[in-house]
Amino acid sequence: MSLLRDIITIVAVSAGAFFFLAGTVGLLRFPDTLTRLHALTKADNLGLGLVVLGLLPQAASLRDGFKLVSIWLLGLLAGATVSQLIARAARQGESAR
Amino acid sequence: MSGVTVFGLCAAAAVGLGLYGLITNPQPLRKIIAFNLLGSGVFLLFGIVGRRGAAAGVGNDPVPQALVITGVVVAFSATALAIALLLRLFQATGSTTLSNGAPPGAGSTPSGG
Amino acid sequence: MSIATIFEIVLAAVVLGLGIWTIVVRETYSATVGYVAYGLLVALIWVRLDAIDVALTEAAIGGGLGGVLLLGAAARLRDSEPTVADAPGKAVRVCAAILSALTAAALAGAVLVLPDPAPTLAPAAASNAWATSLANPVTNVLMAFRAMDTMLEKVVLLLAIIGVWSLTPDSAWGGRPGPRHQADPHSVLVFLARLLPPIGIVVGIYIFWTGANHPGGAFQGGAILAAMWLLAIMAGLADTPPVRSRWLRLVLIAGPGLFLVVGLAGLLFGAAFLSYPPAQAKPLILGIEVAMILTIAATLGLLLAGAPERSARQ
Repeated sequence: MSLLRDIITIVAVSAGAFFFLAGTVGLLRFPDTLTRLHALTKADNLGLGLVVLGLLPQAASLRDGFKLVSIWLLGLLAGATVSQLIARAARQGESAR
Repeated sequence: MSGVTVFGLCAAAAVGLGLYGLITNPQPLRKIIAFNLLGSGVFLLFGIVGRRGAAAGVGNDPVPQALVITGVVVAFSATALAIALLLRLFQATGSTTLSNGAPPGAGSTPSGG
Repeated sequence: MSIATIFEIVLAAVVLGLGIWTIVVRETYSATVGYVAYGLLVALIWVRLDAIDVALTEAAIGGGLGGVLLLGAAARLRDSEPTVADAPGKAVRVCAAILSALTAAALAGAVLVLPDPAPTLAPAAASNAWATSLANPVTNVLMAFRAMDTMLEKVVLLLAIIGVWSLTPDSAWGGRPGPRHQADPHSVLVFLARLLPPIGIVVGIYIFWTGANHPGGAFQGGAILAAMWLLAIMAGLADTPPVRSRWLRLVLIAGPGLFLVVGLAGLLFGAAFLSYPPAQAKPLILGIEVAMILTIAATLGLLLAGAPERSARQ
């Protein structure tokens, strides 16, 4: 049982780390604000989600698991809001030019 | 070389960097940031000393930890006061220069405020 | 070399790189962003140093609220980039570089030759923890063993807010800090400012409450409460209070005031200034902390809002 849990953790956290890496590469390499935001959402939502999913089998209690999931949900909420705000600012900056 | 030593060297470098920025950067806001960098290096040095004093089931000596928490809050309030002073200077003179040669308002036109 | 050590070396290198970027980059705005990222990664270093309490404080105040403060100032001062004449000459730069390098080298040398075994107060703090019946050693030190520091730090916060308010122009004396933020009521920021504060307030109180036995405490919880307040202000859902308001001033002195009263009671009825009778230590400390978290949240929020700019009637 514990081996299975460790395998789930390793696979999911590695996949999450890969999405973070891909998102960061996109952030550095993509040409404009909107495509960079697109890259960042992959890191935020999928990467963080997979890391949390991977850590869930290691949680000592239901309460710890609940805390991990709420961290992911708060991350989603913050990421989505900030992306919206940045995208709106970028569009207004373009139309002003 | 253990991780604690690596962080210790990093903290020492942060103090040096902050000192350099504090002296050479002409802009007050950049000086404030450099001063905060210097302070965070000093706090980290405290943390290194505390980490080496781990004992009695505590991973980091709680006394330096408490001092650093107090220090972080005091540093924040000092930064807030410095920035309020800077914004008021900008409002009053339209520039943020600290050189006493220039008369207030000379060199740049007042904007904003 | 273990994976953990490699991670620590990479983390230290990234922090150092961000520090250099913060100092040498040309635009102030980039330096500010660099400093915020630096603050968040320094919080990770604190986690690696097994100082979770400090990590929470650094992330909330060093990275979060400090970042908002610096970004706001950088945005307002955007038009005041310095002229070339302001920059110091080459001789000054070289001297400063030598001085800074010597300072850093001396500190690095001190880190390398620290005594072994290290002196520590951890056993003393652990063996006296029974006196307060709190399990978090850092809270014990903050609220009992070094309570004087914590009380005076609250006074520093109060002095800082008085200093900021004394910069008010005559026309706005006693008025409201900052501009009145107007936001489209259907915008995503307003949505967030309606959705997040209930969760954030619960999290802030939880971090304060759990601070008795686990990492957390009044500072970290207070910083989260202040952030929720500022979010509502930025979205235009709430206005900053006029600084002449009496209830506001009462909240600002509640923390240090109650601390001082309890301290004087210890002097009169107990062993010494700020001594708690062991039987009532925990309720007394929690009471002081409740007053403190309110004071901290109000003070941090008002420090970020800055000096009053509008008269109270507007």
